[in-house]
Amino acid sequence: MELKKTPFHDRLVELGGRMVAFAGFHMPMQFAGIVEEHLAVRTDAGIFDVSHMGEISISGDGAADYVNKLTTNDVAALDLMQVQYTAMLNDEGGVIDDLLVYRRKFDYLLVVNAVNVERDFGWMSERAPEGVKVRNLSDETAQVAVQGPGAVEMVAAVCDDDVSGLGSFRSMGATIAGVQCLVSRTGYTGEDGLEIYTGSDKAGAVWDAIMKAGSRPVPIGLGARDSLRLEAAFRLHGSDMDETTSPLEAGLGWIVKLDNGDFFGKEVLLRQKAEGVKKRLIGLLSEAKRFPRPGYGVWSGDREVGRVTSGGFAPSLKCGIALAYVEADYAKRSTEFQIDLRGQRTDAKYVRGPFYKRPEPE
Amino acid sequence: MTPDDLLYSEKHEWVKVDGDIATVGITDYAQNQLGDIVYVELSPAGTKVTQMSPMGTIEAVKAVSDMHAPVTGEIVEVNDAVGADPSVIKSSPYGDGWMVKIKMEDPGQLDSLLKPEKYRELTGE
Repeated sequence: MELKKTPFHDRLVELGGRMVAFAGFHMPMQFAGIVEEHLAVRTDAGIFDVSHMGEISISGDGAADYVNKLTTNDVAALDLMQVQYTAMLNDEGGVIDDLLVYRRKFDYLLVVNAVNVERDFGWMSERAPEGVKVRNLSDETAQVAVQGPGAVEMVAAVCDDDVSGLGSFRSMGATIAGVQCLVSRTGYTGEDGLEIYTGSDKAGAVWDAIMKAGSRPVPIGLGARDSLRLEAAFRLHGSDMDETTSPLEAGLGWIVKLDNGDFFGKEVLLRQKAEGVKKRLIGLLSEAKRFPRPGYGVWSGDREVGRVTSGGFAPSLKCGIALAYVEADYAKRSTEFQIDLRGQRTDAKYVRGPFYKRPEPE
Repeated sequence: MTPDDLLYSEKHEWVKVDGDIATVGITDYAQNQLGDIVYVELSPAGTKVTQMSPMGTIEAVKAVSDMHAPVTGEIVEVNDAVGADPSVIKSSPYGDGWMVKIKMEDPGQLDSLLKPEKYRELTGE
């Protein structure tokens, strides 16, 4: 299959991006280097081409009820232009995808993972009741993320509208370089920042305006995108959860609202809640010089209790970090964990929540 | 980028021959593909190695990979500077970023390594 190119492809190559195949797209793995890019986002700002992400619009009479039925979080709680992190489950309670839902005036915009667009769109289309329209806007939509403590200021400098006052998980329409965009205060890095959606045909002008600003963000590849999200303990669908794991097992109970109407997979989650889950995704931190990698065994004493699903070197913390599924009985602070680092069982510390927390603004 | 006075393995190690001593490192192509190298673990001096067997590991941000002995022999020296600061591999892959010196058992094995032009072909340089 021929790889798709995003509207920014040529610009990324020109910036020195080392291009790889990812989710059917030709995407940059890195520019200056993963560590350097990672730290740029933590200290200043980085720009990411995330046009490979999928965008699906759900509209029509009953759209709100249908999105609520598709997802685990409470869509009814959303204000106009508010954004919500949520999950879409199969009938067995497994995570088909994790996604953002934007409540807009005339539709709900669902932003999904690139590798899952076809599966998601199929699932949403097949179950749509009469009068509800499901449209896949992925090909005609470009997305740019600008992330880091300096990100909002940099975008605000080239934006006709005031995006600097945008609250967390809020969105607004805004014009950049004469192009109409949807801008939200969201991201996948654990930093402050914005995600900007616009039509693929005019997206280049938006990118150029941001990159020509006085102080401009550093281009960031998929490598640093992954290390940034892992430090924030954000789950990656396909690695840390999939259609065989429930959001309760994946530690996403906070986006599951069991008392707010019916949703696909709810029965299974109610049962899991009553009986307890068998495994749980936890965070582990290792000070060893060998780093935890996906597939490595997690031990407690003489017992293998789980397996690493995401892991590697954390550039901001300068140590190894991992997400791992372990038997639920062991998923607690008092457990002494070891990770089998290629034959060396090495102590690892249980970490609740994000490994990296951004400093409070002064 | 690929120096003319070295030999290369298909696993992206380079070899510099001086008598029966082979100095070994990884190529610029390899370090670039691996991304930022955070930690290098090498077998200590005195270790006997056989051609193509692992003699160390390279931990990059994204992944870990084995480093292979391009020739059979005994490791006689390890570059401690690389262990202390692996960034030297990026800044000087063919110079200060060398990793081990191997006293070769069978210099005839050098014939199985790639000449610079073959290695350039392999990496599409």
